[in-house]
Amino acid sequence: MLNGKLSRKRRGYIGLMRALMYAFAALTCALVLFLIAYVLVKGVPNISWELLSTSPSYLTERIGILPDILNTVYIVIATLLIVLPLGVGAAIYLTEYAKNKRVVAVIEYAAETLSGIPSIIYGLVGMLFFCQFLGMQTSLLAGALTLVIMNLPTIMRTTQESLKTVPQSYREGAFGLGAGKWRVIRTVVLPGCVDGIITGCILSVGRILGESAALLFTAGFAHALNGIFEGLTSAGATLTVALYVYAKEQGEFGAAFAIAAILMGLTLVINLAAALTQRYFRRKKAL
Amino acid sequence: MKGNKKTFETAVHGVFLILGLVTVCCVLLITVYLIISGIPAMHEIGLIEFLFGTTWASTAAEPSYGILPFILTSVYGTAGAIVIGVPIGFMTAVYLAKVAPPKVKTLMESAVSLLAGIPSVVYGLVGMLVLVPGIRKMFHVPDGASLLAAIIVLAIMILPSIIKVSVTALEAVPKEYEDASLALGATPVETYFKVSVPAAKSGIAAAVVLGVGRAIGEAMAVMMVSGNAANMPSLFQSVRFLTTAVASEMSYSGGLQREALFSIALVLFLFIMLINATLHFFLKRNKEG
Repeated sequence: MLNGKLSRKRRGYIGLMRALMYAFAALTCALVLFLIAYVLVKGVPNISWELLSTSPSYLTERIGILPDILNTVYIVIATLLIVLPLGVGAAIYLTEYAKNKRVVAVIEYAAETLSGIPSIIYGLVGMLFFCQFLGMQTSLLAGALTLVIMNLPTIMRTTQESLKTVPQSYREGAFGLGAGKWRVIRTVVLPGCVDGIITGCILSVGRILGESAALLFTAGFAHALNGIFEGLTSAGATLTVALYVYAKEQGEFGAAFAIAAILMGLTLVINLAAALTQRYFRRKKAL
Repeated sequence: MKGNKKTFETAVHGVFLILGLVTVCCVLLITVYLIISGIPAMHEIGLIEFLFGTTWASTAAEPSYGILPFILTSVYGTAGAIVIGVPIGFMTAVYLAKVAPPKVKTLMESAVSLLAGIPSVVYGLVGMLVLVPGIRKMFHVPDGASLLAAIIVLAIMILPSIIKVSVTALEAVPKEYEDASLALGATPVETYFKVSVPAAKSGIAAAVVLGVGRAIGEAMAVMMVSGNAANMPSLFQSVRFLTTAVASEMSYSGGLQREALFSIALVLFLFIMLINATLHFFLKRNKEG
């Protein structure tokens, strides 16, 4: 046995480090399992058809989260619609057009900075700029625009990474056939980075679903039931904001846990979707 | 015809340039807005009094705007989260990068991604109902909503960033280093900690700095478990962070009080910019090897 020849000090060190490694790795696993189990056990029994399909009413003391679900869907759609062209365009500029290294460095540093800014600051600036300066009031659209800025770096980065995997020879081939730059981008480069765009979308949806601090002051916490166009111009709580309001301000822990369980389920689905798309595209590229 | 094509291409180039510069504009917009809205209150209250005043009583008859309690709470809270979260995250990362069998690794990595994806309000909710009563019973304090509860929640929330970035750094260590160490008679565990970890130290430092940034910027989860009273920080007392100071009074504030909240946000922003610059430094050094 190798260990038999080692000094006591070395054996002690190895034993200690190994024990710590296993213990802490197990602790991390236990934490994840506990969180999932606790939220689901506490939340799932509180999910009922009535909760999902009605809006809250003070008269009958009914709690319904249908408006919050719809608001979340609206805000996801609006954010993605705006952030996609911006993020993909920026990524295309960086990989296809930019020749000046300094410009690239500045844009990349800006994106890095954006992804480090805490959401509460986004909320504050969003409130000052979109709600007050641009006069949008507290509305889902103002919230969505705030989230656009937050998610810009994500879409940019994933698109950029997949653009880098489009072989240079494809571009050269297209140029050689006489295509202009825009045509090459449209027909060769863009189809090649679909995987990055989809991954970016999935990650962004996850972030939008989980966001609360940035939306509290930009999108507000009303529970009115609206259609999409009406909804975007009026205030509304997303699921996370509704969870916060129910738990912290109203002490309705049943509803809060029901929302938490729904969010947990969505997080699981999104993580799974991200992993599956990544695997799918990797396999497709390998062929 | 040729001229037309050229103008078209230049126009397209221009459009993409504008899209590329949107990020830069956003950063400028945020910076300018925070500075413009943050300076007046600082000026009116007095910079020294604002930063080093120990009482925050924004709604009192004679209001006092000292944010030292918030600054210290944010610093202590972040430090506490790092002290608890980094060893756990670091050890887990070494296990995942070097020891774990492939199947366990895939499974645990998806668990860690899940941890990263859980919304902060869910952490806050679980903290409110598990940690807060737990602390109250265990330490016999009147209220469990305290700095300690916030530290534990933050420590858990920064785990995924620390683990992911450290694993990436550890996996990038050239295999030759480890082979050489093993050939010289070091055991695998000694090799991981005395060769691989030092070789990945820039990346691990970046992971820690990223964790600091996450912890100092978190608002909602902390708001739900820290009690939210503007006390000087103490482990078992209700405290208020820089982030929660902004969030908790924004909805009903006006006048100088509101401006003071913007100033708090500016202070928070300066902390974040400092952390970002440090992170950038470590990441760059890590890339250069």
